Amino acid sequence: MPLLDVRGATKRFGRLAVLKDLSFDVEAGAIDGVIGPNGAGKSTLFNLITGVYRPDAGEIRFDGARIDGWRSDRIVRAGVARTFQNLRLFGHLDAIENVLIGEHSRLHASLPASLLHTPGERREERHARERARELLDAVGVRDTERFACNLPYGAQRRLEIARALASEPKLLLLDEPAAGMNPTEKEELATLIRTIRDRGVTVLLIEHDMGLVMRLCERITVLDYGEKIAEGDAASVRADPRVIEAYLGLPEPA
Amino acid sequence: MIYLYALAAIAAIVIAERLRGARSKQTVLAVLAALLLIAPLVVRNDAAINALGDIGIYVVLALGLNVTVGFAGLLDLGYAAFFAIGAYTYAMLASPQFGIHLPLWILLFVAAAIASFFGLVLGAPTLRLRGDYLAIVTLGFGQIVPQVFQNLTKYTGGPNGISALDFPSFFGRSFGQNATPYYYVILAALACALLFANNLRDSRLGRAWMAIREDELAARHMGINTTAVKLAAFAIGAAFAGVGGVLFAAKLSIVSPEQFGFQVSILIVSMLVLGGMGNVGGVAAGAIVLALVNTTLLPQINGLVNGALHANLDLTNYNFFIYGAILVSLMLFRPEGLLPNRERKAELHAAA
Repeated sequence: MPLLDVRGATKRFGRLAVLKDLSFDVEAGAIDGVIGPNGAGKSTLFNLITGVYRPDAGEIRFDGARIDGWRSDRIVRAGVARTFQNLRLFGHLDAIENVLIGEHSRLHASLPASLLHTPGERREERHARERARELLDAVGVRDTERFACNLPYGAQRRLEIARALASEPKLLLLDEPAAGMNPTEKEELATLIRTIRDRGVTVLLIEHDMGLVMRLCERITVLDYGEKIAEGDAASVRADPRVIEAYLGLPEPA
Repeated sequence: MIYLYALAAIAAIVIAERLRGARSKQTVLAVLAALLLIAPLVVRNDAAINALGDIGIYVVLALGLNVTVGFAGLLDLGYAAFFAIGAYTYAMLASPQFGIHLPLWILLFVAAAIASFFGLVLGAPTLRLRGDYLAIVTLGFGQIVPQVFQNLTKYTGGPNGISALDFPSFFGRSFGQNATPYYYVILAALACALLFANNLRDSRLGRAWMAIREDELAARHMGINTTAVKLAAFAIGAAFAGVGGVLFAAKLSIVSPEQFGFQVSILIVSMLVLGGMGNVGGVAAGAIVLALVNTTLLPQINGLVNGALHANLDLTNYNFFIYGAILVSLMLFRPEGLLPNRERKAELHAAA
């Protein structure tokens, strides 16, 4: 059984169908990618999976449960975490606080415990902070006490990944994680994504950088105008005439 | 003497804010607590202790509103409604009105619960609203509640309110009209309010509030149930006001609708703005300053001016002129408040 299974998902805004009868799945332990020209429906797909929208038709199953129609926070608790194409950090909070907020769904302190800072609550907070530091260390953000909005751009991108990982997801959705990064940073990002997968988190990413997608992803789904036009490994997708057609006018995929 | 006390309290808060170490902070606050504890022995003036008690109630209210507005970013302009609900809870359940005479100690909790419930009543329909829209609805709520108390004459005594409330008692000894026992109860409530406000800020729930204040959609994607968290902000903020209302009613021994008008809500919001929204210490300091102006400074200036000029001016009627002037100059020169937290400061200076 695949970890994520999207069956016949359709999403319309007014009369415009942004996703048409899309089906694909992601196996546990994979690094898969979704690519497509601007407006192909990639971000809409993420928004459907994470409960921002509900599909007009079709179903989405995660880890055996049907999650379409669930609220976003419940989907996170079930084990899906995401980052955003245009960073959505909590800008005026510390890097570490951002990660602590990411841990929200894994902490259990009740209201009375929080009011009184009971020993149990203190212990949980201490562990949460330790974990947050580890995560920041793992993604390479060192200024833990700095406001998120004051971090360099690349660090903000990595902080978003740390924040998403803080919820201990089974599936991590990365929305254009390499946007705005230089080649060195992209290389580090690829390493980081592999490390994340090797620690048991399945990764699905949307990316414009073909080089990164082709090198990193085991299976690639290509969208164009809301429809799946190709699916397969890097080599077969690259050779697919419909993909070439969709990307015509763009630089040759690396 | 009151001024000395207010000054000492503000100085202690400022010093505690500046200090980094938890130890030295605790020392400063312990000194302040000791000073406040011996106040009735030092001041030996019932009116002054009474005024200090009033200031204490305002600080509790400001700390409560800070949970809703400062932590969670939900602008509530009708906060006095919860204050009224707390006060009327005491008035109806500890007076000859219905012949019910419950003790203060129970009613503090009852009022906190009832006020929280009405916090949910206000919070639930406004979940989708933010900023200006939320402000307008809460403003309406703040108008409706005193109106209801005014018009339910049969139960609330209408515009005359309810008087001759029970004097609270402690192990059989009545508080009577002596200001000191009320002062100590208020001080204890204030200490709890400060502790709770501080603890909440550094908790799972407090961080969730800050997250929805910063970016609600992102907060939802962190697994935060934004509905529950917002309702909690309204309910907990309201509970502080419920406790404040009980203390206020017990101390004054009379409640009437006009005590809980729009001015009170605005006064408390002004305290937050003055002190620095979101920052517990700043909010407490802001509340002390404005409450002092309101309860002591203005009446005194009033007396001086009228004595000197043989005039018949009532300066206390101009208090909103003074708040207005304070707020306008604050917005011009220090929009983040006198003692802001880092977030507000960064936000307002990046925008400028």
